[in-house]
Amino acid sequence: MAFGVSANRSLASRGPSPGFRFALYAILSVTLMFLDQRGEWLRDVRYVLQAAAYPIQLAVSSPSAAWRWMSESMQTRDALRAENERLRARQRQLEIRTLRYDALARENAELRGLRDALPPVAEKWLVAEVVNVQPNSLRQSVLLNRGTRNGVFKSQAVLDDFGLVGQTTHVGPWSAEVILITDTEHELPVEIERTGLRTIAAGTGTGLALPYLPANADVKPGDLLITSGLGGVFPQGYPVARVTAVQRDAVQPLAQVRAQPLAHLDRMREVMLVWFRDDHPAAPGSTSGADLPAGNPHVQPQVAPPKPKPSTPPVDSEKASGTPGGVPAKPASTAPAKGGTAQKPSGASEPGRASGGTGAESGRAPESGASGAESGRAPASSGTASETSGAPASGNTAPRPNGSAPADNARKPNAGSGPSATTPGGAPTPSAPSAEPATPRPSAPGSEPSGAAGLSAATTRGAQR
Amino acid sequence: MNREPRGWMIFSALVALFLSVLPLPHWLEIVRPAFLVLAVLYFSITAPRAGGIGLGFFAGLAIDVFQGSVLGQHALALSLVTYIVVREHQIIRSKPALQQSLIVFFALLAYEFVSFAIDGWTGHPITNPLRWVHTLTGALIWPLVIALLERGHSPR
Repeated sequence: MAFGVSANRSLASRGPSPGFRFALYAILSVTLMFLDQRGEWLRDVRYVLQAAAYPIQLAVSSPSAAWRWMSESMQTRDALRAENERLRARQRQLEIRTLRYDALARENAELRGLRDALPPVAEKWLVAEVVNVQPNSLRQSVLLNRGTRNGVFKSQAVLDDFGLVGQTTHVGPWSAEVILITDTEHELPVEIERTGLRTIAAGTGTGLALPYLPANADVKPGDLLITSGLGGVFPQGYPVARVTAVQRDAVQPLAQVRAQPLAHLDRMREVMLVWFRDDHPAAPGSTSGADLPAGNPHVQPQVAPPKPKPSTPPVDSEKASGTPGGVPAKPASTAPAKGGTAQKPSGASEPGRASGGTGAESGRAPESGASGAESGRAPASSGTASETSGAPASGNTAPRPNGSAPADNARKPNAGSGPSATTPGGAPTPSAPSAEPATPRPSAPGSEPSGAAGLSAATTRGAQR
Repeated sequence: MNREPRGWMIFSALVALFLSVLPLPHWLEIVRPAFLVLAVLYFSITAPRAGGIGLGFFAGLAIDVFQGSVLGQHALALSLVTYIVVREHQIIRSKPALQQSLIVFFALLAYEFVSFAIDGWTGHPITNPLRWVHTLTGALIWPLVIALLERGHSPR
């Protein structure tokens, strides 16, 4: 031990002691972390560092790139011809599909009473090459060879030919880092295409999971997940994943749903960066959420369209007006969108919104006729919107015109949505306490005592099944 | 007392950085040792005055940049580990290779734990147990690291 001390002394005689230097560097690191976490103060520094790191990343990935180039240029004539043939066939197929799509889009626009067909939501595409898969295998991210010089911005949507890939996190001048949707830190708002059920898809490292779906949610293997357009990053309607497994446990209030992303995340070489028209109804809202104008007046004739999500009201109001109880349900149908937008900062990880979404959708889960399902949706959505004042009243009146049976219908799913809002691991959600008091309200006309006992109600129901 | 192997140190740190960002298949990535950390540990033990804590800090910063983690996360973890190792370098150096491997294992654990804790504090917890695998492989290849890096200079 005395040896070490003397060594320290000799070091100290040559300059600041190791302890002092360590303290200096520790303070520097902590300051860096603080600044980096706190916002955009270090953005320029990061930008420069990323630019400096890019050559090394390129050099490091050059062996595999060279190998790829070699194997590509060594391909035989036959293989090339076969590939050419295949691509041509596929192109023909896609062209025919596009023709049909154009016709459908036109028809859809006419049905919505628009004067002219909407342009596609994607304004510009840019093909980017995957330069490097991130060295840290626990975080799922890749590096692209496009940066701010190409107009790439932070939180930009990235797709490949098959589906959604992820979004950009750090953007350098010539490179951009993309976090994949399977990263454990990534969550994105999705919608089940078959039912319109909205929820959150969280990355699990190898695939996706839908952690906030109640056990009675209508989801089954093979369901396609598409982006819901909420969250402000991804536009509405792009394919994300396919449900592979649904596990319902009698004692668990939440279903365990796994999904496999459609994008070929493990072997993609080229991806597409997408720019979207801000004024398009299917476009993702701007990240701040507040600076979007009232939207396209042709697209949404409703009063007070929700701010960043102009896509939801047309869909909702169409559904609502298609039913007998449509007129009273209308204000309630815009309310969930409002409640959703109120708490949707930056798309990722807001269990509060997720529980609201599942609550609203679980009302639709029981297949009990159009009007029953509709009215079931209305009070459930009033539960999500109950933070915003005024909405509960309209939500309350909505089911009444439809008689007591639909109200009964409405109650059950809410008992199911009770635990979904409150139980996910005691998640710190702002809406959980406010969704809780909302549960007894629609159930008051019914006989079964639910509400705070929503969990037990759900478990007994699960046991019955 | 021979001259400080500064050039060799920087060269091997760069090579180690290359090795640790080289794209590899998934299963290999999990067992890939943190080469840069090992190199920093080696020079902290054999030539504490050449690099010292500054080397640890800048190597950690490079890791931060390449991994896209919070700036300063690995810098803090690595400067802490370097500090401890530099302080005790006389003791560590006198140990046989096997015990050194054990010490390196604990150093790597400490390093990974600090970055794990910072992950948690900054709100990006990775609880995957696979993140600890590299501490083991790093300790296993430590004798190899010594054998390789000794060639570049003549440690006392």
